[in-house]
Amino acid sequence: MATISSLAYLVASVLFILALRGLSHPTTSRQGNMFGMIGMGIAIVATMLSSHMDVGGFALIIAGLAIGGTVGAYLASKIQMTSLPQLVAAFHSLVGMAAVFVAASAFYSPESFGIGTRGHIHAQSLIEMSLGLAIGAITFSGSVIAFAKLDGRMSGAPIIFKGQHMLNAALGALLLVLVIAFVVTGSSFLFWTIAILAFGLGFLLIIPIGGADMPVVVSMLNSYSGWAAAGIGFTIGNTLLIVTGALVGASGAILSYIMCKGMNRSIINVLLGGFGSEAGGAAAAGAATDRAPVKAGSPEDAAFIMKNAQKIIVVPGYGMAVAQAQQVVREMADLLKKEGVDVSYAIHPVAGRMPGHMNVLLAEANVPYEDVHELEEINPEFADADVAYVIGANDVTNPAAKTDKSSAIYGMPILDVERAKTVFFVKRGMASGYAGVDNELFFRPNTMMLFGDAKKVTQEIVQALQR
Amino acid sequence: MTTQTDIANAASALAVRASELAEMARNAAVAVQPVAEHAEPFLLLLTVFLMACFVGYYVVWNVTPALHSPLMGVTNAISSVIVVGAIHAAASAESGAARFFGFLAVMLAAVNIFGGFLVTRRMLAMFQNKKKA
Repeated sequence: MATISSLAYLVASVLFILALRGLSHPTTSRQGNMFGMIGMGIAIVATMLSSHMDVGGFALIIAGLAIGGTVGAYLASKIQMTSLPQLVAAFHSLVGMAAVFVAASAFYSPESFGIGTRGHIHAQSLIEMSLGLAIGAITFSGSVIAFAKLDGRMSGAPIIFKGQHMLNAALGALLLVLVIAFVVTGSSFLFWTIAILAFGLGFLLIIPIGGADMPVVVSMLNSYSGWAAAGIGFTIGNTLLIVTGALVGASGAILSYIMCKGMNRSIINVLLGGFGSEAGGAAAAGAATDRAPVKAGSPEDAAFIMKNAQKIIVVPGYGMAVAQAQQVVREMADLLKKEGVDVSYAIHPVAGRMPGHMNVLLAEANVPYEDVHELEEINPEFADADVAYVIGANDVTNPAAKTDKSSAIYGMPILDVERAKTVFFVKRGMASGYAGVDNELFFRPNTMMLFGDAKKVTQEIVQALQR
Repeated sequence: MTTQTDIANAASALAVRASELAEMARNAAVAVQPVAEHAEPFLLLLTVFLMACFVGYYVVWNVTPALHSPLMGVTNAISSVIVVGAIHAAASAESGAARFFGFLAVMLAAVNIFGGFLVTRRMLAMFQNKKKA
C-alpha cells in the first residue's frame, strides 16, 4: 500500500509540474490547470486509501473537504476580477494556517507520521516541524494584513514607527532561540510560543509595506506558503509535499524578483517598507506651482484627436481597476478600430496589485491577447504612436525615472509614453502617484489632462465617438 | 646504493602512514555510521527538494508574463497539497487534539484547493474566449 501511494505521489508531482508548464501559453494553460486538478485528486484519494482510518476519521475528512470545498468554490465563482489580489492573499493565509495545524497534529500525534512517540520526537523532525510551523504562521498573519490592505479594510499607507526594524530583528532572533530550545526540550509550551511569536512577526513584517508594493508582498507570501508546505513535507517525510512546496516557493520567489526589477528596487528595500510615505507630498506641491500650467482637455477633444489618429497605445494602471473601467476602455478601442485606428495596450510589470493583474482585467473585458504587450516589446512603438491613453497609471510613465537622479523612482523601467505625439492622462486630480513623486509629464506641451473618474471620462469619449 | 636504500625507506614510511590513514578513516566511518543512518533519508529528501527547486525555477521562467495571475492561482491551489498531511492527521485515532487540528487543516486546505483551481479556471477561460472573438 505504501508503494502504491508513493507511486501516486510521484504521478501527482509530475502533474503539478505540467500544470505550471502549461502556463507558458494561453492555449495550453487550461489543460495545465486540468493536470493540476487531476494531480490533486490523485494525491487526496491515494492518501485516503493508504492511511488506516476508522469510520470517524473518514467522516471527519469528508466533512472537512465538503465544507472547505463549498466555501472555496463559492468564493471563486463570486469574486470580481478586480478583487483577485485580495482573494489570493486570503487563500495564502489559509495555506499558512493549515501548515500550522498540520505541524500541531504532528506534534500531538507523532506516531501517525512515524517521527517518534509523544514527548520523544526525533530532534531532526522537531527542527523541520518548527520551520514549517514558523513559516506557516508568518504566512498566515502576513497574508491577513496583505488582505486587509488590498481589500481597503485597512489603510494602504505604510505603518512605520521608531525602532521597527530593530524590533523585528530582535523578535527574529528570539524566534531562533525558541526554536533551538524547542528542539532540545520538545515542550508544548514552546511550540505554541513559537506559533504566537511567528504570528506577531508576520504581522509586523507586512504593516510597513505600502499599497502599491503589494505585488511584491503577494508574490513573496506565495513563496512562503510553498516553503511552509515543504517544511511540513520534511517533517512528515512526504516527497509530494516537498516537491510541490519547492515548486511554489520557487515560483513566488521569481515573481517577487520580477516585480522588484520592475520597480528597480531591491527586495530588502521593499520589505523594509515606508516607501514614498514621507516628503513626497510636500515636494510635489512645491514643484507644481512653479511650472508651466497643465493643459486640461474635454472628452470631446480627446475623442476628436483619437478618431483622427492612426496608432493609439492604451496604458492601463491600478486606477482602471479601481474605477472598473476595463469594459468601457475596450468599447472605446472597438469604436476606434472601426475607424481604422490601430489600438494596442502596454502593460508595465508592476501595474495593478498583483503580477499579471492588468492582463486578467483586459482579458475579462474581451481584449484580444495579441493586442496586449509587455514593456520591452512595446516601448519602441511609442515613438510612432499618435496617442498614448494613460488610464489610472502614473509612476510607471514618469520620465523622471530616466533623467532625475534624485527621484525616488530613478532607474525604474518606465513606459515611454512621452514619445507619443499626444498623451492623454485620465486622472482624478493632480495628486502625485504612490511613490510621492510629481510627474513632469503633466506639464509637457504634448500632454492633455482629462480630469475625472477613469470610467466616466472614458464613457464620455465613447459617447463622443458614437456621435 | 644509498639512494636506493633512501627510496626503500621512504616507501616503507609511506606505507606505514597510509595504513595509519586507513585506520583513521575506518574509525571515522564507524563513528559516523549511526548518524549516517539517520541522515540518509534526510539527504534523499533534500535531494528531491533541491531538484524540485531547479525544476520550478526553469518552468516558472517559461511562464508568459500575461499569465502571472493564473500562475499565482495555480501555485496557490497546489500548495494546498498540504491536505495530504492534514488527512493523515485527521485519520489518526491516537490523539483527539491531533485529529481536531487535522480536521481544521483539511477544511482550510479544501477551501484553497477548490477556490484556487476554480478561480484559475475562470481567469484562463477569459484568455481563451477572445481567441475566437
